[in-house]
Amino acid sequence: MNSPGLQIRQSSASLHGDTGQRKMPVVSKYIDTSTCIGCKACEVACQEWNDLGNVDTKQVGSYQTMPQLNADFWNLIKFNEQTLTDGGFAWLMRKDQCMHCADPGCLRACPAPGAIVQYENGIVDVNPDACIGCGMCATGCPFDVPKYHKESGKMAKCTLCVDRVDVGLEPACVKACPTGCLHFGTKDDMRALADQRVDQLRANGLAQAAVYDPPGVGGTTVVTVLAHGDHPEWYGLPRDPHVPTGMRFWKSVLRPVGFIAMAAAVFGAIGHYLSYGPKKPKEDESGPAAL
Amino acid sequence: MASLAATFGRGAMTNGWVDIKNTDVVLVMGGNPAENHPCGFKWAIEAKKTRNAKIVSVDPRFTRTSAVADLYAPLRPGTDIAFLYGIIKYALDHKRFHEDYVKIHTNAPFIVGERYSFNDGLFAGFDGAKKEYDKANWNYEPDPKTNSYQVDPTLQNPRCVFQLLKKHVERYTPEMVEKICGTPKDQFLKVAEVVTSTGNAERAGTILYALGWTQHSTGVQIIRTAAMLQLLLGNVGRPGGGVNALRGHSNIQGATDIAGTFEILPGYLATPRGGLNNLTEYLEKVTPTTLNKQSWTTMNYWSNYPKLAVSLLMALYGKSATKENDWNYQLLPKVDGNYSWMYIFDDMYRGKSKRAGGEESGPEGFITFGMNPVGIGPNSDKMIAALSKLKWMVVVENVEIETAAFWKAPKDQYQTPDAKDIPTEVYLLPASGFCEKDGTFTNSARWMQWKWKAIDPPGQSKTDQEIVSRMFLAVRDLYRKEGGALPEQVTSVTWNYTNPINPDLDEVLKDINGKALVDIKDKDGKLVKAAGQQLDNFAQIMDDGTTMCGNWLHTGVYSSAGNNAKRRNNADPTGLGMFHEWGFSWPANRRIMYNRASADADGKPWDPTRPGIVWNGEKWVGDVPDFKPDSPPGQFGAFIMLPEGVARLYAAALNDGPFPEHYEAMEAAGDNPLHPKVTSNPVGVRFSSDKDKYGTASDFPIVCTTYRLTEHYHYWTKHHGNGRLNEVQPGFFVEIPEGLAKEKGISNGGQVKVTSARGSITGVAMVTKRLHQMQIGGKQVWHVGVPLHWGFMGAAGHTGPLANKLTPTVMDANTWTPEYKTFLVKIEKAEGGVA
Repeated sequence: MNSPGLQIRQSSASLHGDTGQRKMPVVSKYIDTSTCIGCKACEVACQEWNDLGNVDTKQVGSYQTMPQLNADFWNLIKFNEQTLTDGGFAWLMRKDQCMHCADPGCLRACPAPGAIVQYENGIVDVNPDACIGCGMCATGCPFDVPKYHKESGKMAKCTLCVDRVDVGLEPACVKACPTGCLHFGTKDDMRALADQRVDQLRANGLAQAAVYDPPGVGGTTVVTVLAHGDHPEWYGLPRDPHVPTGMRFWKSVLRPVGFIAMAAAVFGAIGHYLSYGPKKPKEDESGPAAL
Repeated sequence: MASLAATFGRGAMTNGWVDIKNTDVVLVMGGNPAENHPCGFKWAIEAKKTRNAKIVSVDPRFTRTSAVADLYAPLRPGTDIAFLYGIIKYALDHKRFHEDYVKIHTNAPFIVGERYSFNDGLFAGFDGAKKEYDKANWNYEPDPKTNSYQVDPTLQNPRCVFQLLKKHVERYTPEMVEKICGTPKDQFLKVAEVVTSTGNAERAGTILYALGWTQHSTGVQIIRTAAMLQLLLGNVGRPGGGVNALRGHSNIQGATDIAGTFEILPGYLATPRGGLNNLTEYLEKVTPTTLNKQSWTTMNYWSNYPKLAVSLLMALYGKSATKENDWNYQLLPKVDGNYSWMYIFDDMYRGKSKRAGGEESGPEGFITFGMNPVGIGPNSDKMIAALSKLKWMVVVENVEIETAAFWKAPKDQYQTPDAKDIPTEVYLLPASGFCEKDGTFTNSARWMQWKWKAIDPPGQSKTDQEIVSRMFLAVRDLYRKEGGALPEQVTSVTWNYTNPINPDLDEVLKDINGKALVDIKDKDGKLVKAAGQQLDNFAQIMDDGTTMCGNWLHTGVYSSAGNNAKRRNNADPTGLGMFHEWGFSWPANRRIMYNRASADADGKPWDPTRPGIVWNGEKWVGDVPDFKPDSPPGQFGAFIMLPEGVARLYAAALNDGPFPEHYEAMEAAGDNPLHPKVTSNPVGVRFSSDKDKYGTASDFPIVCTTYRLTEHYHYWTKHHGNGRLNEVQPGFFVEIPEGLAKEKGISNGGQVKVTSARGSITGVAMVTKRLHQMQIGGKQVWHVGVPLHWGFMGAAGHTGPLANKLTPTVMDANTWTPEYKTFLVKIEKAEGGVA
C-alpha cells in the first residue's frame, strides 16, 4: 500500500470502503499500441521508480525481456510477430501491466481483509501489511497479473504509481515514454483520446481498430488502442475477460451471507449473555493455558 | 555528410528533429530511428497523429520502425540506390515531381560537357590501374560568350542535367527494382506512389536515414540519390521536408564541425595538403570560383575562405600570427597521405605508411579518446594485431574497453599474440561521463545546447579538457626545454585560459565563437566592434588579423549577448517548432537550411500553411534566411555554399561519379544485374595485408548486417553488471529468418555459428519472420543480422562476441567508411540447445 492518503472505495474481504468519500475522477493510463516502438523505457522506469530487484534474464530468442510479468517486474512489453489474416505482417508490441479493473477479480478473490484495495480514483493496489501471500488474487485475475514475491512472501504488481499519482504526477512509465504512446489523465479523457485515435486508424483503412476496455471487468483503468482490435489475443489480451464466477459468488453472495451469519452469531451470543449472564468457569478447569 | 555537402553545400541534417512534425510523408530508409533515435522519432509519431502523415519504412529487416510504419517494403541490403532511382524514374515518368522548384532551385538546366558519358557501369575518365576517376571529364559545358556555363531553362537540351538524369535512370524500372532489390513490384509501386505524393507545392515529405546508408561502399552515393529525389520532389529547404541525417550520438555533429576527421579543420575548412606552400596557394586551391549562370547571382559563401582561414589562424596562433609570416600558415600540419582511421590501422599493422614522399614507417604510438577501435573497427583480429605492434597506446575511457585490453582478448576466439610478443605499453586514463562535465552538445539538428555538470567524476577521472590540456602543456614544456623539429608548431599555440590546466569550457566556447582583436570600424568610421568584444555573426569575420574565430560555423553561439547555447526560451512564434531562442543552431541560428527554397521565385512560400521564409516586400520573415534579410527575391540562390547557387542533381565533386549508380557490395552476393562486368563500386577501397580476407558468394552465400539495439549504449552497457539495461536486453543474438533456420535445422533460442572470411562468432539464434529471402537477378539470397554491443570485456555474464570479427576491411571512396551493412557469411547450427 503506497498511498494511505487516498480514500478507499472498496477493500478485499470487507463490506465497505471508507465512509464520507470525497468524489474524485477515476484516473486512467492510455496505451496506443499502434505508436509503441517497444523501446522498454517504461520497463526501466518502472523498475527504477518502484525500486524493484533485478531479474536474472537470458536471451532466449526474443526481443521480449522475459516471458511474463514477475513479482520484481511489473511492466513488460509483449512482442508478437503476427501474420495477419490478409497475409500481411505486423510486429505487435503491447505494454503489459495491471489493468486496474473497475471490477477487480483480484480484490474479489482475496480472503485477507484490506490486502487489496481499490482507491476512489480507481487504482487497485496490494497492501503488503495485510497480504497473506496466499495467491488467491492471481486466480481471480483474468490478465494473470499479480505475482508471488518469494523474498517478502507477499503478492506484487503494478500500483499505477499511486504514490506519484497521489501527489499529482503521472506514472513513471508514462513519464519515460519517448513517443507519447502513453498518456495519463481521467478515464473520460483517456477514453476520448483512445476513441479519437481509433477513428483515425479506421479512417486510414484499419476498420478493425478498437479500444480495449472490456466490460466483463467493468472496464479497465488502462485504456488500450489496438490496430487489430478484432484479435486482442494477438496482443496477449483475453478476448472477453470476466471475473471468474466463483469469485463473483464469493464476493457478492457468500461473503455477505458470511457476514450475516457472523452477525447472527454475535447477536445470538449477546442475547445469550443477556438471557443467561456470564458463563461461570468450572472449578476443575486449569488456568489461562486452556483459554 | 560528404554527399549532402556535394549536393546542397553543407554536410548536416537539413532540417531538425522538431520539424519532422510538419511533414506529410516520412520515408525511413537506411535507418531505424525507433530503435536508435527513439526520442527524436517522437516527431515522426507526432506528424502521424496530428497531420495524418504516413511513415514509410524500407528496410531489409522488419524493424521497430517498421512496426509503427503505415507502409513497409523489404529490400536486399545495399540496393538502396536502385530502389531510390526506381522512385525517381516513377516521379519523372508520372510527372509527380515539383517542376517549378526543380527549374529555379537545382542545376537541372545546366549543360554538361561533351566528355561526360556513362557506359556499362563506368563513368567517363576511369583509370583502371589507379582505380580512380579523372573528374575533369564531368564538368559543365563552358559558355565562351558569358565566360560562364551554358544552361537551358526549358530543360529540353539532351545534354542538360535534367535530360541526362532521365536517361541515366531509364534502366531502373519497377521490374528492375524487383530484380535488384528483391522488392515485389506491387510493394515498390505503393511506396513510390506515397513518396511522390509530395512532389508538389502543397505537400512536403522528409527522409530520415542514418548509418544504414552511410556504412556501404556506395554509402555516399546512396545518400546522394536520396538528396536528388528530395530535390526533384521540391522537398529541400521546406518545413516538413529535407534529407535528415540522424546522428547516433549526442555530439557527433559537434565533433564533425570542430574537425572530427583528418581532412578538415574546424568549420569544414580543408586541411592543407603538402605542396600548397603558402596561404595564397592554399586559398587559391580551396576557394571556389563563383558560377553565375542562372538569372540569379550566387553568393558562393566559400568565397569568404580567406577571412575564415585567417581568423582561424589568429585563434590558433594569436599574436605570433602576422601578415608578414602568412598568419603562421606554415605551422599548420600538411596532409601527405590518408590519415582516416582505417588507413591508420593498416599502417600500424603493416608497420609502413604510404606518404606523398614515399613509404615511411608506420605509427608507433596511438591515443584513442572516447573511441573503441577493437570494438567498432572492421575485422577485430586485424585491429588486435595492429595494436600489438605499437610501442605505446593511451586509452582515455570510462571503463576498461576492449581496445585497452586487446592484449587479453581470449585466445579461443581471437588471434591474440602471446603477451610476451606484444611490446605495446597501455595507459588507461579514466575519463568522465557526459553528466560529469559541462559543455555543449551539438545535436543532429545542429542545435548547440549547453549542459551543466550534474555530479563530480568519480575517483581520479578527469574532464576531457583537463586531459588534453595536461598533455598539451607537458609536450609544450618538452619542446621549450629540449627544442626539436619545428618547436614553434607547438610553442606558438595560444593558450590564454584563466586555468590553463583545466580551461573553463565557457572560455573555450568564446574562442570558438570568435572576437574582435582591435577596434573595428565601418567605412564611415563608426565603431562596429570594440577590441575584445565577441562577434555576433560570421559576416563580422575579417581576413586582416583584426578578428579571431575558432570555428566560423559556430559564430553567434557566444555573441555579445552572452552564451546563447544556454538559452532556454521555448517560445515558438512560427508554430513550426523552430524555437529561435532555444540554444543556438548553426549556421546563424537558422533552423532550416536552404530555407530560400521554401519559397517560389517571387518569395511566396510554396505552402502558405508551412512557410519557411516569406518576402514581405521589404525583408524575409520567418526562419533566419540564408542571406541578408533585406536582399530581395531573385538576388541570391538558396544554396549559398555552392558556387552554382542552386543544388546539384548532378555533382562532379565526388570520387565515384557525378550521378549515383547501383553497385553491389564489395563482397557481392552475385553479379550486378545491370552490368555484371562492373559488379562492385569501381573506386571502392580494399586492403591487401594478410589479415584482409574477402569472401565470395560461393563460399559465403548469406548476406549479413550489423546494427545497434535501443537498450544498449554502444560498448558500455555490458560493463554495468546489475544494470537495468542488461536486464532488458541480456545478451548477444543472431537474427535468422524462419526459412533459413528450418533449412539449417536451427531452433529459436539454440546456438548458431556465423562465419565470414575473417572468422566466426557463436550466439543465440533469434528465429524470426522479420527477415526475408531476397533476390539478386533471380537468385534467392538469405539475410541474417547481428547486433554489435557485446565484446570480451564487461561484467560477468554480460560479455559476448564482437560482431566486427565478421566485418570486412572495405570502404567507400569518399569518406572511407567501412561496409558494415552488407557482407558475406555462412551459418550453421552450433553446440548447445535451447537456453
